[in-house]
Amino acid sequence: MSRQEHPPGGPAVTQTGQDDIRPVRVYRYKRGDGGERFDEFEVPVGPHTTVLDALRFIQRHHDPSLAIRHSCMHASCGTCGVQVNGREQLACVCSVRDQGEEITVEPLANLPVLTDLVVEMSGFFARFPHEHPIIRSSGSPTDGENAEVHLEGDHEVTLELAGPLHHHPLHNDHRAAPPAVDFVRFEDCIECGLCLSACPVAATSHDYVGPAALAAAERLLEEPRGVEREDVLAWAGRPEGVWRCHVGFECTRACPADAIPAERIMALRRELTFGGPDDKERKR
Amino acid sequence: MSTRYDAHVLIVGGGATGGGLAHDLALRGLRVTLLERGEVTSGTSGRHHGLLHSGARYAVGDREAGVECIRENMILKRIAPGTFECNDGLFVAVCDEDLEYLEPLVEGCTGAGIPVQRLNRAQALALEPNLNPELKAAVRVPDATVDPMRLILRFFATARHNGADIRPYMEVIGLLVHDGVVTGAMVRDHVTGKEGEVHADLVVNAAGPWSERVAAMAGAQVPMTPSPGVLLALHGRYCNMVINRMHKSGDGDIVVPQRGLSIVGTTSWVVEDPDDLSVPEDHVERMYAEGSKLIPALRHAERRAAWSAARPLVGAAGAATGRELSRTFQTFDHAEKDGIEGFVTITGGKSTTLRGMAELCADVVCRKLAIDEPCRTRENVLLPHTAYYSEAVAA
Repeated sequence: MSRQEHPPGGPAVTQTGQDDIRPVRVYRYKRGDGGERFDEFEVPVGPHTTVLDALRFIQRHHDPSLAIRHSCMHASCGTCGVQVNGREQLACVCSVRDQGEEITVEPLANLPVLTDLVVEMSGFFARFPHEHPIIRSSGSPTDGENAEVHLEGDHEVTLELAGPLHHHPLHNDHRAAPPAVDFVRFEDCIECGLCLSACPVAATSHDYVGPAALAAAERLLEEPRGVEREDVLAWAGRPEGVWRCHVGFECTRACPADAIPAERIMALRRELTFGGPDDKERKR
Repeated sequence: MSTRYDAHVLIVGGGATGGGLAHDLALRGLRVTLLERGEVTSGTSGRHHGLLHSGARYAVGDREAGVECIRENMILKRIAPGTFECNDGLFVAVCDEDLEYLEPLVEGCTGAGIPVQRLNRAQALALEPNLNPELKAAVRVPDATVDPMRLILRFFATARHNGADIRPYMEVIGLLVHDGVVTGAMVRDHVTGKEGEVHADLVVNAAGPWSERVAAMAGAQVPMTPSPGVLLALHGRYCNMVINRMHKSGDGDIVVPQRGLSIVGTTSWVVEDPDDLSVPEDHVERMYAEGSKLIPALRHAERRAAWSAARPLVGAAGAATGRELSRTFQTFDHAEKDGIEGFVTITGGKSTTLRGMAELCADVVCRKLAIDEPCRTRENVLLPHTAYYSEAVAA
């Protein structure tokens, strides 16, 4: 089997035709190993090489003992959060070339380090409100280019149902468009912990529940799914809750999934201050 | 929980196969330790496009696989509620040639017990307005979408709750073999950097495309052909349903929505080393080209990520693309195959059938250990994925 022929993450295409080799500094820690240190490794870089590609290259060609978290490789699972040059990133979508000549990779902050770049996530999940379903309503997909639908009344269609589908079965009348369907989707938050790592308050206030958990609570005001509004507000208004936030918006800046935690924290404060939607209407 | 047994089973590999098996064996009352060299689901299992198969993709060429998929699809929706976007899927014909697949598809699904419904162009566009407006016909099936990792975490969480010791960052570097019997594994703990041994009454190799390598540690043969495919994630959710091309399985024949992304998959080739996965740029371009035949707006959607995953196909080297190899799974009892006791390999398969795979493998494990306990995973509702982390604290 050939050795790595391409830079990780894609084929070898560089403008000069020369290999683009870059140094990557990586935080190291093994329990009982006498402290932490940084190791530096050389990694070939192509136009699409991500920090995760670089770390996996290091594992494969330099040091198999390097421990990292990763799973989906496309910013959906939320496992590969790290700090790259001091900024929270999902390693799988963080381009090496966008980071400048020098790259330093460290574990997320505000969570205990288990080994190397791996943090313990149990403390992150322990902060969430007990009920926070991850399935929500979806509605129409974005950017409907073909929104103008012309029904073809003379189009011959036979419906031979082998049996009803398991949910929201369609009408059998072929002349009618199918009824509006209650599509569902996952919550935007991918539980990666980047917001908690970026939060300046969480760094000094260890019992603060933090942005992800508060954003999840605010989603329950938007779409309760069986949870009582008053319970959510009571939970969010506790001393460890929304009033600790210093409104730095670092969480929203760090969020790779557009879950806007800072805005949701502000929305919770507004609800706690002004009460229900009637009150909002009055103020407008 | 019924009887507790002393028999200790060591599972090598923390993917879908290992997770399903750890859960099944823990429910049957066995002592289970699972070792994974990295994070759980860091190999193939976490990287698929997120499709929970209805079975329709297999119903034409491989009815048995179709039947297996629809059965497991319905069981998983029952035991893992809240983990799937149950929005169904469409098979879409975008040209006259695709229409030749319509009748075989409807017939195959009907024969396999997969609910199927024909839609005309207007009906399909009303459901999914971003579809190719020139589409000829569509068929609706009960596909669903899933976060691969979060589904599998529910198996690990429940296994932990039932006493299984799930150990990520613990790499198997050798197997302990004495007089033709596998008695455990040599391990390197990536948390401490230390090496050690784990002893067991039976070792199960559940290492997916790495199964051949793990089997070789015991001197056993498992013919694997790791078959990577490229997947492309694009910014924007252009559909709510799974959109499949209405023709036989091929490159770029599926678009799967995931949160605010659309995933286009996939290609297929073969490699010898499952760690040697590149992302050829021409494959990415093919995903754009084929995906936009189904949903034209994908042509100009911004790239979020492109990656490769290696399918764990069972079969001899020499295959050209991997598509000719079986997608079903196999269990090898190495006592019968190689004269090595205490060692079983389960490999192949696909995520949708992970529970069924585990059931059959656990039957083999229990038979070898002379334990008579039925499988209980069809009814047992799994803990939420977050319990994987809280159970770790409790353990």
